[in-house]
Amino acid sequence: MVTLKINDQEVKVAKGTTVLDAAKKLGIVIPTLCNHPDLCVAGNCRVCVVEQTGARTLVAACAMPVAEGMDIHTNTLKVRNARKHIVELLLSEHRADCTKCYKNQKCELQTLANEYSFGEHIFLDLVEDHDYLIDRSSPAFIKDDSKCIRCQRCVRTCAQLQHVSAIAVANKGSRMKISSFHDRPMSHVVCTNCGQCVNRCPTGALTEKTYIDHVWDAIYDPDMHVVVQTAPAVRVALGEDLGYDPGERVTGKMVTALRQLGFDSVLDTDFTADLTIIEEGTELLTRLKKVLVENDHSMALPMFTSCSPGWIKFIEHKYPHMLANLSTCKSPQQMFGALAKTFYAQKRNLDPAKVVSVSIMPCTAKKYEADRPEMRSSGYKDIDYVLTTRELAVMIKQAGIDFRTIEPSHYDSIMGVSTGAGVIFGATGGVMEAALRTAYEIVTGKPVPFKNLNIMPVRGMEGVKEATIKIEGTTEEWRFLEGAELKVAIAHGLVNANKIAKAVSTGKASYHFIEIMACPGGCLGGGGQPIPTNAAVRQKRMEAIYAEDMHMDIRKSHENPEIKAIYEEFLEKPNGHKSHELLHTHYIERESY
Amino acid sequence: MNSKALTKVDLIFESIDAREVLTTAFSMPNEKIIDQVLESGLRGRGGAGFPTGMKWKFTAAEKDPEKYIVCNADEGEPGTFKDREILDRVVYKVYGGMAIAGKAIGAKKGFIYLRGEYRFLLPQLYLELHKFHKMIAEIGYDFNIEYRMGSGAYICGEESALFESIEGFRGEPRNKPPYPTTSGLFCKPTSINNVETLVTAMMIIAKGPQEYVKLGTKDSRGSKVFSVSGDTPVPGIYELELGMTVQQFVDEFGDGDTKAVQVGGASGFCVPRKKFEETIIGFEGVPTGGSMKLFNSSRSMYNVLHNYLDFFAEESCGQCTPCRVGCQQLLKGVEKVKKGEAKSTYLNELVKLADTMKVASKCGLGQSVGNAFKSIVENFREEIIY
Repeated sequence: MVTLKINDQEVKVAKGTTVLDAAKKLGIVIPTLCNHPDLCVAGNCRVCVVEQTGARTLVAACAMPVAEGMDIHTNTLKVRNARKHIVELLLSEHRADCTKCYKNQKCELQTLANEYSFGEHIFLDLVEDHDYLIDRSSPAFIKDDSKCIRCQRCVRTCAQLQHVSAIAVANKGSRMKISSFHDRPMSHVVCTNCGQCVNRCPTGALTEKTYIDHVWDAIYDPDMHVVVQTAPAVRVALGEDLGYDPGERVTGKMVTALRQLGFDSVLDTDFTADLTIIEEGTELLTRLKKVLVENDHSMALPMFTSCSPGWIKFIEHKYPHMLANLSTCKSPQQMFGALAKTFYAQKRNLDPAKVVSVSIMPCTAKKYEADRPEMRSSGYKDIDYVLTTRELAVMIKQAGIDFRTIEPSHYDSIMGVSTGAGVIFGATGGVMEAALRTAYEIVTGKPVPFKNLNIMPVRGMEGVKEATIKIEGTTEEWRFLEGAELKVAIAHGLVNANKIAKAVSTGKASYHFIEIMACPGGCLGGGGQPIPTNAAVRQKRMEAIYAEDMHMDIRKSHENPEIKAIYEEFLEKPNGHKSHELLHTHYIERESY
Repeated sequence: MNSKALTKVDLIFESIDAREVLTTAFSMPNEKIIDQVLESGLRGRGGAGFPTGMKWKFTAAEKDPEKYIVCNADEGEPGTFKDREILDRVVYKVYGGMAIAGKAIGAKKGFIYLRGEYRFLLPQLYLELHKFHKMIAEIGYDFNIEYRMGSGAYICGEESALFESIEGFRGEPRNKPPYPTTSGLFCKPTSINNVETLVTAMMIIAKGPQEYVKLGTKDSRGSKVFSVSGDTPVPGIYELELGMTVQQFVDEFGDGDTKAVQVGGASGFCVPRKKFEETIIGFEGVPTGGSMKLFNSSRSMYNVLHNYLDFFAEESCGQCTPCRVGCQQLLKGVEKVKKGEAKSTYLNELVKLADTMKVASKCGLGQSVGNAFKSIVENFREEIIY
């Protein structure tokens, strides 16, 4: 332990603690910008400078480790002057058109400016000295360098959390900027559209591309029937943007709010999550049979999940030789979209051309996924608009809905009934757990041998998880799997996905089934989730997701009555002809830069 | 004031028997090498002036079996060209100094980070390196040196940015602590020394610290190689004993009309004529990595300042706010004042900004921009405004 003094108060902290964290312990707030709990220390914005007695210069609290007998002052005249200057300097290179900015009132620089910079600006405006281009090339997000304060949170996110490095620092001095490979548009580089950078950008330099007005237009168009689906992870995070603490489950209130916004039908992505389990589970069992029994290696093992569009684009860029290992199943969002304009439209007697399909996702990559040319198997654009959790919160505020006081309600049917297996798709390990709950039962006729169906080995926030499930007591049809050990792995965050993909690619791993989610924590930590998202918040959301699962009457996908019905009435059988037409897709090899 | 007369010295370029010096050094206990360098009072010749013996002592104290000695040959300070001359003429002494430093700190591997613009020296340097490796092997000692090339960024002369560059990353300074002596190149304990420092250290071992301390003053021991340029009839490289005043220097090198001397390059200090007498060139006065630029009365100090600020606005790595934006603000600010588009009192705001840059920037680059800025603005304010 190390003892030091901050503002004349003594504090004892572990060796290696930063001055910033030691101050936090005393309840002393030191402002920060480039610092983010998910990322390694940068120490480059310098907003957190404090005075250390005896030091020649001020020190950055976020980067300075504590030392025995250290004497720190966080609020001296020297500190205040420097901090004011730094905030003013950042403002001078930042296009501060706050009232026009998407991040207005959610901008960390603006918050600091409110505290440190009012009245006349000291310094000259530098924004006009640069030729800033706004990159709108990605369907998922907008990159506006004129708002960028070069804190490099995005760069560190892309490299450290995602192992993508689609963006990096280019040039030096006054021309230093965050850029892509050869300044190519973001739509033409390895960017996976995961939006983790968007979630961490302190200003309006990186924002999701918003489709709020498009959705309003559709809602107000009397000719259009607007259906909305909500992803599992949205219900455990939306509350954060509407005044609740992290971890609050607001499913019922969200449904009511969506209805009040004017959507014609409020449906659930969890339904197609259940459907994914049936399709993907069947695909896995088929692959196992082909490879293990029939020795037919035209199908590849291990099989990777395909629900996460960030992961899909990652593997297309970085491991294109393994595309055959990806499940051909579309993501639940896209299965929903394809069914909304076919099955749903038929059942409700609607002209599919007049159905507008909107999805609320914790994700920015879903915006990109919806735009993929493959995603038109209904004959129309399967998903018209994708909104993030944050955008939904904005719409709810715009509509003047008092979220705290509205009564919860239930999803509409059809395609609104779901199970606990569907909801856990929102957490890392959830798809695996849901798949095992169903596959094990198909093969053995018995539920998975875990208490309360909770397959604990696949849960939790560890970056890479592995589990082995021994299959015993198989039915006649699946006798070839008797005694077999199903080896599974789970990774979340692309840096971990890369570890597994590399191990598989080099033959160092012998898994059968691998779940991969592009974002840390899975969808609950998605790029479209409320800001801030960090380890503590993800933990809360995860607990909420599993609580949601425990509260569901049905917790196995194959027991969802609407799933049984859709196969009887429309799809016929899992992996059947119609499924392949509507629910499965193919992938594209992409460049590696 | 204890100034010394201007005395030319020949220590750095003096020929010595490297084999003999190294054989002696390799037989010395590590502590003794470090003690001798400590005793000599040698301070880093790159500009910052950290006591070399201390640096070696700290690195030697680290337990890690893998350590490095790095020679900083990224000579980039405007107006400095002495390391090029040293490399060109006596590189064997650079290698020797590295081997001695390596012995003292326990490093078997050395890297020389060579300024990109000095690539033309490489064939000659490699030839000498081959000879050196052969000699070391003959003495029966294990030490190996490799070259790494810079690519033209001024910031890569900053020690931690230099490590990043060698490691293959963008040259951006690291947070300190940890200091290089604990975690330097490849996060291993590293002693990084300037070209001239290493040669001087070898000469101290060759001649003994007692000889060396006879030169210079209490705060600035020994001699130093100066790169003399600007308005002088005799530009070039001169090795001089430390402790002279700027006046003595100007008397020797000036053209009779010197109005200011920029000591230590763009990151150094501008000494105006009225302070020539009272200013000692050395750590007790104005320290320098070697750059001495003389300006006569035909020069506009606004242009001099503008040139430096332009340089910094381009050569800041851009990582930290005070340096990246501060340099641009200083540059744009003096331009506006000069054009009459900002009030002359705006210079006062800029001086305050320079103070902030000095205490809040992440590395020595941003911290030293204020040196030239303030010393020129304070001494030649009228030239900036009118």
